[in-house]
Amino acid sequence: MRYLPKSPSERQEMLAAIGVQSVEELFESIPEKFRLRSPLSLPGPFSEAEIIQYFQARAAENGKGFTSFLGAGVYPHLRTVVTDALVQRGEFLTSYTPYQAEFAQGTLTAIFEFQTLMAQLTGQEVANASMYDGSTALTEAALMAERLTGRNRMLVARSTHPEYRQVLATYARNLGLAIEELQYTQSGQIDRAALTPQKLADASAVIVQTPNFFGVLEEIPALATAVHDAGALLVAAITEPVSLGIVRPPAEADIVAMEGQAFGVSPSYGGPYVGVIATREKFVRQMPGRLAGQTTDAAGRRGFVLTLATREQHIRREKATSNICTNEALYALVATIHLCLMGKEGLREVASQNLAKARFAQTELEKIPGVRRVFSGPTFNEFTLEFPRSVKMINSALLREKIIGPFALGTHYPELTKRALICVTETMPRSEIERFAAALKKIVDSPGKEPLI
Amino acid sequence: MYPKDYRYTKEHEWIKMDGAAGTIGITDYAQNELGDVVFVELPKIGTQLKAGQSLGTVESVKAVSEIFTPVGGEVTETNPALVDAPEKINSDPHGSAWLIKIRLSDPKEAASLMDAPAYEAYVAEKAKEHKA
Repeated sequence: MRYLPKSPSERQEMLAAIGVQSVEELFESIPEKFRLRSPLSLPGPFSEAEIIQYFQARAAENGKGFTSFLGAGVYPHLRTVVTDALVQRGEFLTSYTPYQAEFAQGTLTAIFEFQTLMAQLTGQEVANASMYDGSTALTEAALMAERLTGRNRMLVARSTHPEYRQVLATYARNLGLAIEELQYTQSGQIDRAALTPQKLADASAVIVQTPNFFGVLEEIPALATAVHDAGALLVAAITEPVSLGIVRPPAEADIVAMEGQAFGVSPSYGGPYVGVIATREKFVRQMPGRLAGQTTDAAGRRGFVLTLATREQHIRREKATSNICTNEALYALVATIHLCLMGKEGLREVASQNLAKARFAQTELEKIPGVRRVFSGPTFNEFTLEFPRSVKMINSALLREKIIGPFALGTHYPELTKRALICVTETMPRSEIERFAAALKKIVDSPGKEPLI
Repeated sequence: MYPKDYRYTKEHEWIKMDGAAGTIGITDYAQNELGDVVFVELPKIGTQLKAGQSLGTVESVKAVSEIFTPVGGEVTETNPALVDAPEKINSDPHGSAWLIKIRLSDPKEAASLMDAPAYEAYVAEKAKEHKA
């Protein structure tokens, strides 16, 4: 598919074909008050050399040489040059919606492989071609649960990523869905005792994240039993999919919504990311988005097509299963290539290193007087610590040492001031963990005034 | 082709009356237009429907189509055979591939629908439009 601008004569031809004189006439139906009559305020035009200079100057503004202990939904992991080299091939980079199977076998095959990998990793039977990101995947999972159960009240763990919950709330507000929060206990896990039959009655779904926003793993099998007994569905959100290299997949959940950024996508400012949704085969018709399927052509050869597209927006209009009408094909491809390079053993090895390094960091940091672990539940590569001083003050002092400090939980949880979420992945050298611990000890020991959070 | 004792709608559904109870399906013309049926979505038993409301969907390889109930009432039964064998709609649309059974709120409602000769004339007209 080509995206070339039209020449003036081609514009005239197109206008003539639809029977109007000018572009102005084409837009006649837009009322005068909504029309922009002044030119757009844009700089330029610039020459190629000026544009290159401009972007070099912007790139030079990027910070260099910082060590980051931030996670909270986006994770720094090792990436390989192979992935970048392959996804930047023109065949993949410029291709668009693969509706036409005759010339999209490469893209469709890659999507099919992605779906297979995601289904295997999440312990589910079917995964789709990808969603925009983890937060919209979770929202779509919630809407799917509403369609499947016919119930419009859902229970969401407070330990689910606060921004994911905000996205869900935005959808829910306009769809008439009721959302109730489920509290966490001192283990950092969802309060299972609160999941009484009365609480669950008429609930479409219980939504939990694992590892949750505090880094703590949830007990999916036990939760699933309680939720299923009440006729509701269990939705599991995953923001750190590398955990699946070592943690049991949430196979007992009915729908899994996941962020795939950790699989080879760099933690760029604002994305793009890649969402994953996976479920049981019997729910496939209520799954949003597109799905690549395997078939045979007229000569009996194996091939791939988009399947169940009759439920998508371009065919079913306002009655479509969801208003998602595309996917993150390129980033799904990144994740596919990344996982194929790693293999089963590689993913397990990376996950083990995350666990080991995070555990080492936790031990080192807990040696500092006044620093203690907050939650008793099991963790993966993130954990929550309590500090004797405000996280904001600690982080600004750390920044002077070129360390990007942990995520201050007080920003989203008023009850968790002076507590922060620390992320340590396989990319973190032992020497940097020790430098962080030494810097933190100095900050905690030094006297001084401080803000509240 | 079209059973004499059934009543028909312009949206190509049929209803077979038995006192205050009715059995509803889609016509041979409809199945032929849809093509190979791959999935059927039916309402829950006990659902209250008004005439003209959607009772579910029939999905073929070409499209997903809403099916509208010709009469109002309460759904008393849905066809379990269609769960595993939706293709029956293509082979036996007027018989074993019925969709739902309904208890009519107003048994007289079916009387206003087309009878078989009227429906046959209607589809003959449709077929002519198709050719033109």
